[in-house]
Amino acid sequence: MTFLGTPEVPPRGTGNLRGTQSFPEAAHDRLADSQLRRNLGKATRTIRAKRLAAAGELPDWEALRDAGSAIKTQVLANLPELLETFEQRVTERGGTVHWAPDAAAANEIITGLLGGAREVVKVKSMATQEIGLNEHLESAGISAFETDLAELIVQLAGDTPSHILVPAIHRNRAEIRELFLRAMPGVDPDLDDDPANLAAAARRYLRQKFMAAEVAISGANFGIAETGTLTVVESEGNGRMCLTMPRKLITLMGIEKLLPRFADLEVFLQLLPRSSTGERMNPYTSMWTGVTPGDGPEEFHLVLLDNGRSATLADEIGRSALHCIRCSACLNVCPVYERTGGHAYGSTYPGPIGAVLSPQLAGMAGTDPNASLPYASSLCGACYDACPVKIDIPSLLVELRHQHVREAAPRGEAAIMKAAAAAMGDSRRWELAQRAAGLGRLLARDGWIRALPPPLRGWTGARDLPAPPKQTFRQWWASPQAREELRREAERGLG
Amino acid sequence: MRVALFATCLGDTMFPGAVAATAKVLARLGHEIVFPTTQTCCGQMHVNTGYQREARGLVERFVEDFADPSIEAVVVPSGSCVGSVRHQHEIVARRYCDTATWERVHATAAKTYELCEFLVDVLGVSDVGAYFPHRVTYHPTCHSLRMLRVGEKPLRLLRNVREIELVELPEAESCCGFGGTFAVKNAETSTAMLADKMRHVLDTRAEFCAAGDSSCLMHIGGGLSRLSTGVGTVHIAEILAATESREVTR
Repeated sequence: MTFLGTPEVPPRGTGNLRGTQSFPEAAHDRLADSQLRRNLGKATRTIRAKRLAAAGELPDWEALRDAGSAIKTQVLANLPELLETFEQRVTERGGTVHWAPDAAAANEIITGLLGGAREVVKVKSMATQEIGLNEHLESAGISAFETDLAELIVQLAGDTPSHILVPAIHRNRAEIRELFLRAMPGVDPDLDDDPANLAAAARRYLRQKFMAAEVAISGANFGIAETGTLTVVESEGNGRMCLTMPRKLITLMGIEKLLPRFADLEVFLQLLPRSSTGERMNPYTSMWTGVTPGDGPEEFHLVLLDNGRSATLADEIGRSALHCIRCSACLNVCPVYERTGGHAYGSTYPGPIGAVLSPQLAGMAGTDPNASLPYASSLCGACYDACPVKIDIPSLLVELRHQHVREAAPRGEAAIMKAAAAAMGDSRRWELAQRAAGLGRLLARDGWIRALPPPLRGWTGARDLPAPPKQTFRQWWASPQAREELRREAERGLG
Repeated sequence: MRVALFATCLGDTMFPGAVAATAKVLARLGHEIVFPTTQTCCGQMHVNTGYQREARGLVERFVEDFADPSIEAVVVPSGSCVGSVRHQHEIVARRYCDTATWERVHATAAKTYELCEFLVDVLGVSDVGAYFPHRVTYHPTCHSLRMLRVGEKPLRLLRNVREIELVELPEAESCCGFGGTFAVKNAETSTAMLADKMRHVLDTRAEFCAAGDSSCLMHIGGGLSRLSTGVGTVHIAEILAATESREVTR
């Protein structure tokens, strides 16, 4: 039953959830960037090995993955109730909860909460990237300073992150040194590219920001419904500084980031660091519940962001993408990501998870660049194996391709697929089609076809195609020669 | 055992040698082989490109050809097509077929095996009396590896081949970049993946790159041919079918 005024599907999200080019177009330039290829290859190989070791040493790793998946399934099945409990607990402990249906609303709410502050410090947060908060604040004359080292690098370069966990994975230390010398106020002009010295330069610069900032803005890795507790997991201590020093703290959290019970952290605080940085434990885990007089921020605001999550939740199959805990293990094992990097995906969320999340959060109708994302995968399955909450990304990609074809199949392709299905639907037609394919021999030299017209030009651009053989298998099978050869094999046996 | 052969559309049309080799290995092991001639394709290309509705007829075709209870097992020289039968047919059937078909889909998928799985798991054989005096490197194809979990089974079979010189492929488990229509839709990314796979194959100085999927071999082999590397590809079934008296001819 549909009620008047009740939209059948909740609205899609807005903000930085799509690029301006389709994936193949955006990938083209990145593939040709040899520096990027080298950086990505080196970084992903290193993290892959660390993750495998960190996951492999736990005897109950598979059970942990099952538990993580089960808890997330439970969260999505009870999301409205859990959110209400969460809001109640946060409020009871002195926090204020705000609800943001989309990116624009979240930006408005956060800007309104700043109360005249001209500078804010930020903890690395995917959600604030998603809504384009920094750009929004800038247009309102407010400076937002990223305090995570890699995010700082990206921000100083006027760049966008290309990896969930390692936003500056596309930059090497020589590039970073040049950037600091150019864009970091007060930097030592003799700075070299030793990573420790680069980090020290950033630390000196950031320390002044931490001391001066009135307001901090963070994301959240987890929100605990039962207690109203929020959690940020990080490596550098910049998060701890932001969460404890400024007078006012504003946290933006996607509504799917809930966990029902405090005890559920036991599972996720094992899964997340081992999957993301390949560490047994991340250096800093901060938890806070509302406000505590005399300790930490005096004012705490929680902005809960929908931005297409309800629309994603409405899809019975696609909703499992909301299990994601943003560990980025799927990026590091993805052979496509390893070659193209994150920018080719257009959205804040790159890699395999981005390819299933962005089209669902923001839609993929018509000529939307997001419609190319479900096809940006060879379906090799490495992402599914690596996912700590067992999101079956290959199956989701196939499902989204199905949805896209049902809504807007490319006409030429649909005709080919229909013709192929018709030819294969019946063996007589199939044999005729095989005979037609056999004509491909006319295009071959020395057994190989070296050039074909579109759409197969994509193949012969870089690879030869073997010429179809003179005899199909079924023709061989029907021949006396086949019977003779198989009789001889049977006679020979293993002896 | 009464074993039906599913040739796959690609094997039937483009790589009959690999399918014939599968039949020969099964015949050598004393099994009765049937080839339902009405068979065509598992529908994987359609499903993976988004055309599940169009794949419905192919799923029904497969069940029609192989559900027959007198067929004890369906053997396929492709990990990818078995992956499709096992994981995708049910999805298509649930969405587009009636309940009776869905049940038959389930039962047929349960007796469908990739060749190496069938030899090692079902028949308990790891030496098929093969002879292949060549330097070979083995690429575990993604769907064999991660959908079917064939693991070490193909290597166990290969290690028992007389005179073979098996060399380990570096970064063996990474995808060659084929991915069906991915190779055409994202041709440049696919090529970048292929370039790394070829580099690793060439690093082994093998004469042949072997695998259990003709599609991936078509991709790797097409690249190796374009660059005139002189390195060939061979389906694992062709290695297992080769004997002293009858070497693989190519």
